Amino acid sequence: MLRMKSDKNSWPKIPSSEITPESLWLKRRELIALAVGGVVGSGLSTAAQSASRALVAQPGTCSGCVTDETPTPYEAASQYNNFYEFGTDKGDPAKYASALTTDPWSVEVSGHVAKPGTLHLEDLLGGFDLEERIYRFRCVEAWSMVVPWVGFPLADLLRRFEPTSDAKYVAFKTAYRRSEMRGTRSFTSIIDWPYREGLRMDEAMHPLTLMTVGMYGKVLPNQSGAPLRLIVPWKYGFKSIKSIVSIELVDKQPRTSWQELAPQEYGFYSNVNPEVDHPRWSQRFERRLPSSVFNPNRIATQKFNGYEAQVAGLYKGMDLSKFY
Amino acid sequence: MSSVAEKPSRSRYYSRLKSGPLFWPIFMLTSLPFLVLLWQVLSNQLGPDPAEALMDATGEWALRFLVVVLLARPASQWGWPVLFRHRRMLGLAVFFYASLHLLVFAQVYIGWSAEILAEELTERPYVIVGVAGWILLLPLAFTSTNNWRRRLRQHWRQLHRLVYVVAPLVVLHTLWLARSDVGDALFYAALLAALLLWRTPIVRGRVR
Repeated sequence: MLRMKSDKNSWPKIPSSEITPESLWLKRRELIALAVGGVVGSGLSTAAQSASRALVAQPGTCSGCVTDETPTPYEAASQYNNFYEFGTDKGDPAKYASALTTDPWSVEVSGHVAKPGTLHLEDLLGGFDLEERIYRFRCVEAWSMVVPWVGFPLADLLRRFEPTSDAKYVAFKTAYRRSEMRGTRSFTSIIDWPYREGLRMDEAMHPLTLMTVGMYGKVLPNQSGAPLRLIVPWKYGFKSIKSIVSIELVDKQPRTSWQELAPQEYGFYSNVNPEVDHPRWSQRFERRLPSSVFNPNRIATQKFNGYEAQVAGLYKGMDLSKFY
Repeated sequence: MSSVAEKPSRSRYYSRLKSGPLFWPIFMLTSLPFLVLLWQVLSNQLGPDPAEALMDATGEWALRFLVVVLLARPASQWGWPVLFRHRRMLGLAVFFYASLHLLVFAQVYIGWSAEILAEELTERPYVIVGVAGWILLLPLAFTSTNNWRRRLRQHWRQLHRLVYVVAPLVVLHTLWLARSDVGDALFYAALLAALLLWRTPIVRGRVR
């Protein structure tokens, strides 16, 4: 199968009509496991390896973990990104994120935990049982994708550091390196770097909340948030913070980047909700990518991005138009 | 008005608007972005979200031609009358790209639904301002013919000053659209502001 090729640039351009059927998709993982052995043994440089490194992961089994919708082609998911640290055009991250050094990498876990500490790249890629989760991904800009992520529940990570009873929220930070991230050097950008995001403790511990290290069976490309990013499938994409260097457990609701920038437009929760519009555009529909001009592939947006059965309970009694 | 290009007799003036050795080259240049976009759409080269790419491109080309159109008069005073001579075509290019912009919006964002259009028009300031700008361009495009110019006489000039209202509306439209980096919006805002300021008596008095 073509997909076995490990060179980053040789991914085939697959039209959506030719997406691999699920049976083959699952078998592909076995093939990749074989390919890993080949890559490791070939003595390539670490950088070349991490750019194309395949991951071994079990298919997710929890409720909502694997949608049967057709995954977006890898081409689209890896070339069309918002990662403002590398520029505001959708193509900028793919063009410029290679400047980011992701190996070595460390993530500091601090705050209200019994055992504060640091996770290194090896811990992230080898220290947890990896699962493949196929989630819908809905951007606040009203486009969406379906992406097979590889990762482990955030709950697994947090439990290792033993959160105390004072831990009510989790605050995340993205790396901030002016020399490697050209977007952070733009003097017309009004984001106060580093990029920050946060979750309530019960959201963070929810089984769907994924600490993500890969997609499409390989480690994350830099533009998608390598080496470690968050994926919260029932929230708008900007909540799913990329290239995380700090996880802090706190007792107060943390301030997040978009909230500070435009509090009337982006709330702390930012759950996908077709009934609550962004002040500047409607959230009732989304363009499922890839779309085209003559067939925009415009579909109705679902409450909690279709994960209502799994997560609505977290927000019982809350007025979601107030806590948007 | 001290403009050199407006002094000649009416008939000569109209013939100048229409012809000249640069008419077709300029026409080709104004059409080029459209042809490139058309080719990119048909050959599927606008990436996974051609809707957004097309919205950005058509809007920005309308904006660029608006800058060029407003540059025509000062440029002719600085001794470069080409743009001024062909300002009708450049103005129609603004209208053409703005109309494309609106068409794409209707097709991919509104889905030709009256209900969604009504919602957008009542709830979203940037849509209201953008559509208002396009509506103001309508009479300008419609009366751009020699026949209409003759028929409206001195009112024609007054009518076409509407472009001075369109420019700030467009600036507002782009600023309202920016999510976090206002660089592009400010760039065009500064250009348009400079071109409008140049027309105020104070600035022009000093220039002369």
